[in-house]
Amino acid sequence: MNDYIIDIVILACLVLSAVWAVLSPRLLRAVVGLALASVCVTIVLFRLDSPLAGVFELSVCAGLISAVFISTISLAALETEESVVQTSKERIRRYWFLPPLLLLVGVAVTQLALPDMPVQAITGEGVREVLWNQRHLDLLGQIAVLLAGAFGVVVLFKGFETRVDKGIEIKETTGK
Amino acid sequence: MNAELLSFYVAAIVLVALAGLYYLLVTTNLIRAVIGLELVTKAITVGLVLAGRLTGKVGIAQSLVITLIVVEVVIMVVAVGLILNAHRQTNDVDVRRLRNIKG
Amino acid sequence: MLALLVLVPIAVLLLMNLPWRGARSQAYTMGVLALAFAEIFAAIALPALVGVGEIPFLSELRFGLVADDLTRVLLASIGVVVGAAMLVGQESMKDERQRCNFASLLIVSITGMNATVLLSDFFSLYVFIEVTAVASFILIALDRGVLAVEGAFRYLVLSAVATALMLGAVGLMLMSAGDTTFDAVRSGLAGGTSLVRLGLAVFMLGLFIKGGTVPFHAWLPGAYSAAPPAVSVLLSGIVTKASGIYALIRIAWSVYVPDEQISLVLLVVGTVSIIVGAVAAMGQTDLKRMYAYSSISQVGYIVLALGAGTELGVVAATFHLFNHSIFKSLLFVDSAAIESRLGTTDMTRMGGIGGKMPITGTTASIAMLSAAGIPPFAGFWSKLLIIIALWKSAHIGFAVIAVMASMLTLGYFLVMQQKAFFGKPSIEVGAIGEASIGYLVPAIALAAITVLAGVLFPFLLDSSCSFLLLGKALPW
Repeated sequence: MNDYIIDIVILACLVLSAVWAVLSPRLLRAVVGLALASVCVTIVLFRLDSPLAGVFELSVCAGLISAVFISTISLAALETEESVVQTSKERIRRYWFLPPLLLLVGVAVTQLALPDMPVQAITGEGVREVLWNQRHLDLLGQIAVLLAGAFGVVVLFKGFETRVDKGIEIKETTGK
Repeated sequence: MNAELLSFYVAAIVLVALAGLYYLLVTTNLIRAVIGLELVTKAITVGLVLAGRLTGKVGIAQSLVITLIVVEVVIMVVAVGLILNAHRQTNDVDVRRLRNIKG
Repeated sequence: MLALLVLVPIAVLLLMNLPWRGARSQAYTMGVLALAFAEIFAAIALPALVGVGEIPFLSELRFGLVADDLTRVLLASIGVVVGAAMLVGQESMKDERQRCNFASLLIVSITGMNATVLLSDFFSLYVFIEVTAVASFILIALDRGVLAVEGAFRYLVLSAVATALMLGAVGLMLMSAGDTTFDAVRSGLAGGTSLVRLGLAVFMLGLFIKGGTVPFHAWLPGAYSAAPPAVSVLLSGIVTKASGIYALIRIAWSVYVPDEQISLVLLVVGTVSIIVGAVAAMGQTDLKRMYAYSSISQVGYIVLALGAGTELGVVAATFHLFNHSIFKSLLFVDSAAIESRLGTTDMTRMGGIGGKMPITGTTASIAMLSAAGIPPFAGFWSKLLIIIALWKSAHIGFAVIAVMASMLTLGYFLVMQQKAFFGKPSIEVGAIGEASIGYLVPAIALAAITVLAGVLFPFLLDSSCSFLLLGKALPW
């Protein structure tokens, strides 16, 4: 058990930051919660002998996603004081049973009679071998999806300028 | 891995996925919906790597996760693009005005 | 050789988007049409093409692509629908840049769908379904109007839930079968661990959502009706099919041995989709929404056929998938034509259109009759096959429901005919004329395919059935 105390702590942090992201009334805090969850996931991945995936997760998710989110929020300038206060009443009504529900599910799962799973030795090839030599189709898929994303950006993001302050209308240039 | 630790892993995965899924389906704010989606993706990432570790096929699991991350990032970027466009149309600052779409 | 089907579109896409000098937008349209024709050709000539041998460079690539007759049917459908969508797009999108983006995204979805029908691995299936889906989200929101963006976002959310299920299933498969390929899962199923079955079931649940079956269909009507006309043709014709439904057929054909429980689920989901789709379609006043609900109903037929659990069921499902691609895209081409002349797809404002737009009206009638299963159109044969398959596998009750639902379909199409196409012309209708040639060409072509398929089918029945039965996932 002592061996695993690290793992349990990290897992707990993961769940807690996820729950915090869900429950917090301020949008920015929710995003921070998501970033924290990403960091926890990275550590979990390292503990599970998957360093490459961990590095990917950290750089791409924690960094890029948070950056995109925060710039979205500031671009659209969504936080106003009154909306925070007002929505928190609705939020309590809608989310109050989530923590107890999660607690219940968590306890139920830990009580499940899962078998002792022997962790098998790391057989099979390393990541680089698999990704570059075997799963070529997935690589092609990544290229295709990135191309799709590029066109998505071209189609969807044309004509936005940054807002100076939330009171000002967004100036648009209709790109032709 | 003994059964206790395994159950903690599974519990964490299920809880994060559940929280994210619930968030995604219940919230009226589009940005929060995307956050929920991201949480579910994180849970799945951990799940895949766990499956890979337990069966010893770490290489395959990591390849899957890397591809998964790339695909999900693109989806997230498109989602954000859609949100910005929706917001532009309603031309409003208040976060509550973003509610209509989720319904 | 098969790899060309996924590599060439990407190459064309990159070439098209390099900064050339000179007139660009025509090149885009031509490029897409060329790809569409190449695809149809490839579908028909595939055995011969593969027999030519392997290109040296390509043998380095480990794509794991596999083709059989199911693949060929899908490739043909993809080619036809993409061609029709491009023609409609050429006609309906006035903004040049929008048209170019449309063409580029069409090519991305071609890549995604081609790969989907050729691959043999569950995780790659997820990847390329997502490629197609991302292209779809962007296409739906192409004009960036509020309704379109809403429809796209709702589709994205539900698609993401489906993705989560599919990935969870992949994790289960990895645990129990050791790998994610079709072969691995098939041997895992034969081995008998229930975890593999659970993984497969969860994956299929995700596919139900992607395919728009009931009760996961909520995103479909909004997306189909809010998308630009050309995109609706693409979506209804092939995207939901190539994403969700094809995968179900592929699983039924290549991966699992049908068992009672999964068959029952398929039967129930299929039946419910048929009924809900048909009933909801009758209450619609918007043409595109009505067609969207009709799609849900027809997809129900395909799933129902799979539930029969026999080879005949799979053949029937495949044929109905092909037919539905043709007649549903035809209906949306016609609705695009109507929208171009009338400015709306609201059926209450559409009285007497059949008189003013004869070709559009006739082709739409052909499509509707095919959908309702009237001989000699193709839809009749595929529905007949479905009913026979259910009968022979002792699912009599479901066969009866299928027949009755067919009559329901006929009912609502007749109602719609009366309302919109015949009857007294409303004032708005009085002023319009027939649609421009750009709409008529795809409409006539699609109608011709439906008629030909229907007329020729009895002669092809023996050979086509044996094609599909013999071609059990042969890696050519």
